[in-house]
Amino acid sequence: MDFQAVVLILDSSIRLATPLLLACLAGLYSERSGIFDIGLEGKMLAGAFAAGAAAWWAGSPWVGLLAAIFASVALALVHGFASITQRGNQIVSGVAINFLAAGLTALLGQAWFAEGGRTPQLPGEARFASLAWPGAEALRQVPFLGPLYGELLSGHNPIVYLGFLMVPLTWWVLFKTRFGLRLRAVGENPAAVDTAGISVAFLRYRAVIVCGVLCGAAGAYLAIAQSAGFIVNMTAGKGFIALAALIFAKWRPWPAMGACFLFGFLDAIAIRLQGASVPMVGEVPVQFMQALPYVLTVVLLAGFIGRAVPPRAGGIPYVKER
Amino acid sequence: MSAPAAKLPLWVEVGLIPLVNVAVAFLVAGLVVLFIGESPLQAVRILLWGALGFGEGIGFTLFYTTNFIFTGLAVAVAFHAGLFNIGGEGQAYLGGLGAALAALALDRVVPWYVTFPLAICGAALFGAAWAFIPAWLQARRGSHIVITTIMFNFIASSLMVWLLVDHLSPAGSMQPETRTFAAGGALPELGPLFGLFGADMGAAPANISLFLALFACLAVYLFIWRTRLGYEIRATGLNPTAAVYAGISTVKVTLVAMFLSGALAGMMALNPVLGEQQRLQIDFVQGAGFVGIAVALMGRAHPLGVVLAAFLFGMLYQGGAELAFDMPTISRDMIVVIQALVILFAGALEHMFRPGIARAFALMSSPQRRRLAAGEEAP
Repeated sequence: MDFQAVVLILDSSIRLATPLLLACLAGLYSERSGIFDIGLEGKMLAGAFAAGAAAWWAGSPWVGLLAAIFASVALALVHGFASITQRGNQIVSGVAINFLAAGLTALLGQAWFAEGGRTPQLPGEARFASLAWPGAEALRQVPFLGPLYGELLSGHNPIVYLGFLMVPLTWWVLFKTRFGLRLRAVGENPAAVDTAGISVAFLRYRAVIVCGVLCGAAGAYLAIAQSAGFIVNMTAGKGFIALAALIFAKWRPWPAMGACFLFGFLDAIAIRLQGASVPMVGEVPVQFMQALPYVLTVVLLAGFIGRAVPPRAGGIPYVKER
Repeated sequence: MSAPAAKLPLWVEVGLIPLVNVAVAFLVAGLVVLFIGESPLQAVRILLWGALGFGEGIGFTLFYTTNFIFTGLAVAVAFHAGLFNIGGEGQAYLGGLGAALAALALDRVVPWYVTFPLAICGAALFGAAWAFIPAWLQARRGSHIVITTIMFNFIASSLMVWLLVDHLSPAGSMQPETRTFAAGGALPELGPLFGLFGADMGAAPANISLFLALFACLAVYLFIWRTRLGYEIRATGLNPTAAVYAGISTVKVTLVAMFLSGALAGMMALNPVLGEQQRLQIDFVQGAGFVGIAVALMGRAHPLGVVLAAFLFGMLYQGGAELAFDMPTISRDMIVVIQALVILFAGALEHMFRPGIARAFALMSSPQRRRLAAGEEAP
């Protein structure tokens, strides 16, 4: 494998990691506030559908992104209402959100567009185009640095940059702001936060809404940046891989980026290795590579490599007093 | 979950409130139909006719019901131990492997009634094994069973695709499926039974695994409510700390409950693999494992409730197919929406209407009480 091939694999890793990263950071906000969210998949899917439909209707990717965020936040609020206000089971609520999104997107897609659940093919101007960085073409001939700059850094669409910018931003919000401190506190010990006179419910609702916004962006990326329209079940388990990445990253932003990049990288390699033979090992089944993120997460959860400890109050509804 | 504040009569607790929850779910589903621009009442009429209006429809309804009884029971058993098994889908998929291996080995040698018990064992064992790993990881290593069972669904899917594409499909075939079983690997259909009632089941694949499902309900009832181990499982589900103080081993309860849960989910595979297709295909589970969650929540984890809820979802699946045919704007995905709404309202929002209903009851009974109180004071 030559240098050019490595660059290409890394480049596609970045593209594949972006939706994972956005969804993973979404889950990070929610779960750090003590609200478990296995509905990342559903919110992404709803976002993807809304983005596809709205971008087609308005002819603008930004309208699509806005619609995606709106749809995803709506589902996030349902999850918030069930798990914060009604103190319901957060896992059950997450499962419901996933099916609600899976069913509604396909149903409305078929009812509105009659193309088997997909949204119409988007023209180029209704999608997010890739941004070429200055000098990318000119530097292409420079050995080593040229491809790195031209392929890896330049030439992605805005949501990719947004996703990777969210990492330092999330780190800053979580560890350097008052909101972040309270968010982390409410996920560990909500009673203490309550005693300090801060509303547990309001804090958690804000976390859930941020989660919705980021999931919406992840969905929009799938439908109007990576592809040209929504197709049925286009998330295909990415929300769960993001969840796995979140556990892998032990609920921290920078490791989240690492984990998402790793899972994106595995995906990129799986696509490239299809049918190819690896020296020493022979032919690796594609399915093995596809299952690897899940297997790694299970191994991690089992505590065989490090220990993943979730926020202490995660999954437990907060009851003010009896 | 917050403890119920006021004491309500039993029929309200196990009858009215769940019914209200499910009714609201269907009401919201009706609104979705209205939003699409179709008449909900017309949709319900087509759906009911499609599910129960003719012999073949009933046959399909019973076929789906069989699937959902198994997966619903699987989720229900885990619920009783306080565990949430989202892995029914993967366990059923692996169960299919167990059933198919038994059938592939025996179908040309022995009649179906010899294959059937062994296929049951195969399906149950493979499903149980697939649930046992997450159970063991939860009990011994403390990893969250919800996350591990989700991961195991995906791992199962990859594993089965690999097995079917690379190993189990007959040489020279491009189809990712096993060979079709001979007569010794096919379960008798319910057609003759329908004939007794003068009905024609047509091409519907309902088969004798329905009786196995009903038998499993009885067995689960007896196990959960009439045995010591069942008692330990329920005690752990209600209050794990108290159960530990009572000398109940949480590890044992987790392992046993998940083993049974996986076995039940695995047995679901008998119905489509041996009963319908007589071969193992990719994705034959088709979401039945997930429907089990809705069924268990709606049936309040009781075998009788599970049968009723499974039948309702069986009707939805069969009637929904008919509906999609007659009203092309309402595709079969409507069932997934209903399933989601049932999980939402009967599961996550189960206590939403409770305070209102409790208040209504307090209001209804208070005039009587006031009169009583006044009568006591009068003389």
